[in-house]
Amino acid sequence: MDVIFGNLDLWGEGVTYTLLVFFFGGIIALVLGIIVGAMRVSPVPIARAVGTLYVNLVRNTPLTLVFFFFVFGYSALALPTLSNTILGIMAIGVYTATYVAETLRAGINTVPVGQAEAARAIGLPFGQVMTQVVLPQAFRSVVPPMMSVFIALLKNTTVAAGFSIAVLPQLQSTISNSHDRPGSPMSVLLWVAVIFVALVMLLTWLQRTLENRWRIVR
Amino acid sequence: MTSVLYDVPGPKAQRRNLILAVVTVVVVLAIVAFLVWRLSLTNQFSAAKWNVFTYTLVWESIGRMLLNTVRAFALAAVLSLALGFLLAIGRLSDHAWVRVPAAVLTEAFRAVPVLVMMMILYYGMPTLGVKVDPYWAVVIALMIYNGSVLAEALRAGVESLPRGQKEAGFAIGLRKSGVMMLILLPQAIRAMLPVIVAQLVVAMKDTALGFIITYQELLYYAKLLSSQPGRPILQSALVIGGIYIVLCLILSGIAKWLEIRTRRSPKLKGYTPDAGDGDPRIHDGSTVTEVIAMQRAGGRFDQGNAPTV
Repeated sequence: MDVIFGNLDLWGEGVTYTLLVFFFGGIIALVLGIIVGAMRVSPVPIARAVGTLYVNLVRNTPLTLVFFFFVFGYSALALPTLSNTILGIMAIGVYTATYVAETLRAGINTVPVGQAEAARAIGLPFGQVMTQVVLPQAFRSVVPPMMSVFIALLKNTTVAAGFSIAVLPQLQSTISNSHDRPGSPMSVLLWVAVIFVALVMLLTWLQRTLENRWRIVR
Repeated sequence: MTSVLYDVPGPKAQRRNLILAVVTVVVVLAIVAFLVWRLSLTNQFSAAKWNVFTYTLVWESIGRMLLNTVRAFALAAVLSLALGFLLAIGRLSDHAWVRVPAAVLTEAFRAVPVLVMMMILYYGMPTLGVKVDPYWAVVIALMIYNGSVLAEALRAGVESLPRGQKEAGFAIGLRKSGVMMLILLPQAIRAMLPVIVAQLVVAMKDTALGFIITYQELLYYAKLLSSQPGRPILQSALVIGGIYIVLCLILSGIAKWLEIRTRRSPKLKGYTPDAGDGDPRIHDGSTVTEVIAMQRAGGRFDQGNAPTV
């Protein structure tokens, strides 16, 4: 317990940074993911091609390498200096956006074509076909896999620790490098693992609840 | 061209699509041009920056590092498959004293990030007096994480099979192990093969985490190269990144090929993805994995899309 109460300031900082990377990375991923997902299902071939290229390229790159590009590569471009945290958030956002885009596309594809055809047959214009028929159904089937993407995003925030961003696993090196902080690396890391298990359980519970509330009964 | 989202475009829609196409091209070109401008401004294209890659010795080292990456991946893949089967069969067991620990282990292993697991093995274990080699830390961490994810996929595969398969197995006099080995698992593996290979792509990508715990693999070497004269950070990241993308594309390609093959296979008769009856999407107790497995097997996902990264 000394590990926790002897380093309360560090744990607070670690949790704050982890949630910071999670939330802002998630926002970037959602915005970029919606744009790319829309491109992937658009009637414009060139937009589809660009979306496919982006998704296939980034999804087949390890997240660690994406971080490498953003955190180390950015400085080589001689652009205004940004802190590692901001660069890390951008890296994780760009990476997760591909998963968001694929989830959205898959969700739209689960809506049977007959639904949209029926909507058009009764004379609804494009806007109403989308807002009244297709998107409500797509949204419901997208929610559970989207939560899985965000659970993965939460776990991926740990990678930032390898790039000197003060997320939770970084505590291990901070504590072992200082001489007067209590706690062995093992106890620190086990507590980090416990926090992640708790956070993931929380998100899984949220996922189940939303899934049950919004399930489509066909 | 039938899609949920749009009809065959008329003259007005064609004009609008053309405008959208032009906007897309302009935006993409603007981003590329900006990057090229910054890159040329900082002399990233100069020969001195790429000089490192003219040495045979460097490429030999890259080969050795590639071997280290593949070595860790191969062993982790085999071990995680073994662990996956073990946990899946354990979780499907009739005995609560096997089922409950298997379920708890699977859920716990899945929730701990791979990097934290690697750090526990590499930095944590010496506290307990056990020194773990970075190679083994990478392999064991990948085995534990991917093994538990594969276990869930296999379990979902077995549970999505029609009940009649199991009952017929018992009816012809097979024991529990016989039903599992001869009837259920072969069908589950066939149905879940794309998910399994997609998870192996994830394992391949996660070997790059070894860089953080000083395992000498490709990315570690990229970092090493970037401290060479000329500081070729972007250059080494690009070369190494290219190698990773090719490796993962090969695996993704196998996944896609397997998916197309399984969809056509007549041996999958027992597994009917689109039948309303066995569809977990309409049942209460179904998990997300099941739904995803269904959607994938139904061909609605065109690529490895297990959101388990």
